[in-house]
Amino acid sequence: MPVTRFVQPASGIAERLSGFMAHLRGNGITVGVTEHAQTLQALSCIDITRSDEVRLACKAACVGRADSYNKFDELFTAYWFNSGREKMSVIESNHRQSSPSIFQPGVDSSQKSEGAGKTTEADESSSGEDDESAHSGEGKLIAATTTNIEKIDLRELMTPESVQRAEQIAHKLAAAMCDRRSRRRRRAKRGNALDMRRVIRASISHGGEPLELFKRHKPDRPVNIVALLDVSGSMTVYARVFLSFLKGLVSHEHNTDAYMFHTTLVRVSDALRDHDTLRAVNRLSLMAQGFGGGTKIGSSLQRFNQQYASQSVNGRTVVIILSDGYDTDSPEIIGQALKRLKKRGCKIIWLNPLKGWKDYAPVAGGMAAALPFIDFFAAANTLESLSALEPHLQRL
Amino acid sequence: MSWKLLQSELADAGYIASNELAMALHLSLQLERPLLLEGAAGVGKTEVAKMLAQLKSARLIRLQCYEGLDANTAIYEWNYQRQLLSVRTTAERELSVEQVEDQIFSERYLLRRPLLEAISQPLPPVLLIDEIDRADEEFEAYLLEILSDFQISIPELGTIDATTKPMVILTSNGSRDLSDALRRRCLYSFVEYPDAKTELAILQKRLPTIEPQLAAQIVGFVQALRKEDLEKNPGVAEMLDWSAAISGLGVANLSDDPVELQATLVCLLKTQADIANIPTEVTQRLAGKLV
Repeated sequence: MPVTRFVQPASGIAERLSGFMAHLRGNGITVGVTEHAQTLQALSCIDITRSDEVRLACKAACVGRADSYNKFDELFTAYWFNSGREKMSVIESNHRQSSPSIFQPGVDSSQKSEGAGKTTEADESSSGEDDESAHSGEGKLIAATTTNIEKIDLRELMTPESVQRAEQIAHKLAAAMCDRRSRRRRRAKRGNALDMRRVIRASISHGGEPLELFKRHKPDRPVNIVALLDVSGSMTVYARVFLSFLKGLVSHEHNTDAYMFHTTLVRVSDALRDHDTLRAVNRLSLMAQGFGGGTKIGSSLQRFNQQYASQSVNGRTVVIILSDGYDTDSPEIIGQALKRLKKRGCKIIWLNPLKGWKDYAPVAGGMAAALPFIDFFAAANTLESLSALEPHLQRL
Repeated sequence: MSWKLLQSELADAGYIASNELAMALHLSLQLERPLLLEGAAGVGKTEVAKMLAQLKSARLIRLQCYEGLDANTAIYEWNYQRQLLSVRTTAERELSVEQVEDQIFSERYLLRRPLLEAISQPLPPVLLIDEIDRADEEFEAYLLEILSDFQISIPELGTIDATTKPMVILTSNGSRDLSDALRRRCLYSFVEYPDAKTELAILQKRLPTIEPQLAAQIVGFVQALRKEDLEKNPGVAEMLDWSAAISGLGVANLSDDPVELQATLVCLLKTQADIANIPTEVTQRLAGKLV
């Protein structure tokens, strides 16, 4: 394996430290001049002949967030003890610049791999070709920026990163939908307008002095979101990303409700409120696989109407249905169910992964029957298309 | 004062700090920088500030953040009623507009909220800004001025500089990502659940009367419990509660009475799902592994 190593010694602490800062920056920890100065100051407060103290001090001064906190010790050892680190064979990485896991300034990666091939005191076992292939693998990753990830059909990405991204998008969408202000004003403890009527009324008891000030503000009228996810066979390829999308929606607001359906309907809001995204999604993916048979969108919606709609759907609700519209029930059932749902005054959004495909027309019986009752029909086959929904949802 | 000394002083006061935390605390005192502590709930972030105040015999000023916290409640507010009365009482004296303004916008009519209070103390206090992630982003922006320059600008009065620099400790549970600007102004430490040895030391410090064998069992059990699939892992405070409960009930050995053990778990498990997740069988399995 290629081992990164140090060549030239620096003259003083300050210079060596600036090398260390560059090393940290190269490995994704953002440190600026302030941190640099801070670290130097910090070193003056401790016994710098003890490496452990220096490590702790640099850690407190340079690191700013939890994810780099664990990485720091490795980077520290790699730089100051000249030991380098074996490169991991990274397959998926969401670092913005997917540089080799320990990046050394002044040595670009192609040189390094060649160098590793030539100076083989330490790593004779590794063959040059292996190095090359490892590098070309990583080189692709360097090119893979976020925008590239977003254009791939959701089926192709089931990585933790995309799952996380889906959750972020869901957060944004939920925020876009939730932020509804009323036009009226109500009395409130804090607010931006004076409640003149109450101020004057209360001033009577102080002989006309407006001693107590009452405020009014526009109350929030948050939109409830109810999401129904189809996890039938044709949709399972999207299941993980959509589930994390659902999780993002659910964790944004307390009153968001989530359901999965296949041939039956299950309420999954509570299961989705797990702290650990991947665990929740994996658990639900297992649950989803447990179902069998075809999709019964119509009867699932009917069941939703009967059992849950009365509690969770009102005029301020947006119902999001994530489904491809392939139904084994007869299309009339979908139509009736949606009609009944619509009578509650809610908005219905249907996100169909197939719609993103070229030349798609909603001719599948179910989809065609559903269309008249849908307020907004959109594609959801890429993360990009999901995040493109934001302006539309704001208008709903 | 070296960081080792600080660590041992904290330990004497009853707080066992990890090396990372002690160093970060030491540096934040030396460099007069705020210290940002992150970590799960119940690992003792808030306690650090309390202990520090006790150690330095300084006043602890606490600002509990919440959604909708605004500058009025955190920094300062004008005492409107008093201003109004003052204007009324001096109305006959026919003062000019400037004189009236000078009078009512003076420090006498200023209500000091925690942040202003903290920078205008004769002796440096410990300022604890608790759960900063709950406050809105706008409030975070207010904080930046205070944390970097230790000054507060009040439009009517001008800029108020700190008489003494408070020792600032911010805590966050990570319910929202903090801005980089705020992070960069602070030293940082991530507080983790203590390892078994540290936790045992904490327990013995806080409950000196507990039997050593029982203490080891309790710590072993709690450590094992944290590895289970829980919604909310029991923190150090919960562990201490539970130990107090167990020793209060006169239990000498955890594996003695399964029913009682199960019943006392209410001290550790704080959600319905967690209680359902850890039935008697699991408890016994965990307790069975203990020595």
